[in-house]
Amino acid sequence: MSAIIQIQNVSKTYNNGHQALHSINLDIKKGEILSLLGPNGAGKTTLISIICGLVNKSSGSILIDNFDNTTHYRQAREKIGLVPQELHLGMFDKVWNTLRYSRGLFGKKADDAYLDQLLKDLSLHDKKNEEMRNLSGGMKRRVLIAKALAHQPEILFLDEPTAGVDVELRKDMWQIVDKLRQSGVTIILTTHYIEEAEAIADRVGVINQGKIILLDETKAIMKRLGKKHMHLELQTPLSQLPDTLKALNFEMSEDGASLYYHFKNQKEYANIPKLLKAVTDCDILINELHTSKSSLEDIFVNLVTNEK
Amino acid sequence: MNLTAIKAIYNAEMKRFWSTIGQSIVSPVISTSLYFVVFGSAIGSRIDQVEGIDYGTFIVPGMMMFALLTQSVSNASFGIFFQKFTGTMYEILSAPVSSTEILLGFVGAAASKSFIIGSIILITSNFFVDLHIQHPIIMLTFFILTCLSFSLLGFIIGLWADNFEKLQIVPLLIITPLVFLGGSFYSINMLPEIWQSISLFNPVLYLVSGFRWSFFGVSDVNITLSLIFIGLFLSTCVGIVWWMFRTGYKLRS
Repeated sequence: MSAIIQIQNVSKTYNNGHQALHSINLDIKKGEILSLLGPNGAGKTTLISIICGLVNKSSGSILIDNFDNTTHYRQAREKIGLVPQELHLGMFDKVWNTLRYSRGLFGKKADDAYLDQLLKDLSLHDKKNEEMRNLSGGMKRRVLIAKALAHQPEILFLDEPTAGVDVELRKDMWQIVDKLRQSGVTIILTTHYIEEAEAIADRVGVINQGKIILLDETKAIMKRLGKKHMHLELQTPLSQLPDTLKALNFEMSEDGASLYYHFKNQKEYANIPKLLKAVTDCDILINELHTSKSSLEDIFVNLVTNEK
Repeated sequence: MNLTAIKAIYNAEMKRFWSTIGQSIVSPVISTSLYFVVFGSAIGSRIDQVEGIDYGTFIVPGMMMFALLTQSVSNASFGIFFQKFTGTMYEILSAPVSSTEILLGFVGAAASKSFIIGSIILITSNFFVDLHIQHPIIMLTFFILTCLSFSLLGFIIGLWADNFEKLQIVPLLIITPLVFLGGSFYSINMLPEIWQSISLFNPVLYLVSGFRWSFFGVSDVNITLSLIFIGLFLSTCVGIVWWMFRTGYKLRS
């Protein structure tokens, strides 16, 4: 897939001297869903804001479908839709009017049929003539998405789209994002919910202290950095760990009632029978066996902690 | 030029005006009538004529100028400030819209509102006094230039202000006193000599005087000076706005 966004050596230092981004390089592929993860203040929103034209970069270049976002800002920006983190809406505006306004801002001629369909797709059609102040938080967020899509962009930025949204609505949002991806829209989302990135993103980028510290396909990250663990609950607690098991890198819980084994890589998974035999050879009776895999959240926390 | 975007911004700004159309029309009609009652009848009954013109008629250009200045500044400043305040400005900044187009949308709408209000005052005045405009083209030029330049000033204030206090400070503490002391309701020839000299430093005097000249052919200062002043003021405002957009002042960090 070709890159629809090319970010080269982008840095940002605010007037107060705070360097929010350090020479960011990132290619975003056409049609993919990229999730940007990072703790608060990592630089996610700054990066999105620079791409969309809300913040000026200090150095570097950004190409949107080969158009420089500063020198050819018109061509670059008309390809982008932005859903901001906060619910920035005119409280007295009606849903329909605000959509027509958004479309007009991007220089597109009125297309009521398209906007009507958009409202239906986002389950907003019955709210068409409602004022924004009468809508729930979830509905307002849908309106923001509708506004961002009103000019039929090829790229959609979702800055924390599910922040403060209940579980049901969050799942709804994921469906919306999936539908958009199917229609060919490239989606870049920032999120605090790592399960969200794990569930819907093709690739994940982790930003910390203004640097991208990890960028790969979600599955590849899980495969490469996701560790598997084996937990054995014993019938009788041990007073001490037998030397043979110690040599195999088994660990014992403080109360002696459990044994743990951390697999270093996928190849080791094949050793499970051998490991279990070593345990039973020590006359240890196993009550229950559990295996677990570290989530993207564990990986993320590890990465960010290691960076510190 | 993204004409559709200019239209979108302009219409959105005008919508607020049309949605309160009753208030928008009734308010200037009432205030104009009150001015005629207070200044025209109460004070005017003691002042027969000023510069050979009936006092009630004499105050019409000043009254219009007062409304144009205050309305232009408040409409334009509120329009842009409100977008910043509610955060909805993000949409304009991320759209393929140039600074000029943003300016045309906001300032065009604010100037249009002031023009409509000024026209309502002029029409209402006709019910109270007999008005004959001697130089209609010059009058219209002053009318439009004032709406535009003070809407630009309002736009600058709206961009600069980051709270409601700052938004109000210039109109309340600078514009209003300057208008009242700028000969809106009197000729500076009625003042003691020292105050006449001081008044010449008041920029609004040149506007009111020029505007009055276009109505009656009489003025406190030379009409050319008035035209030069409004031209300079407009250029200065355009220059400041250009600088603000170029540097992203209070818009893009």
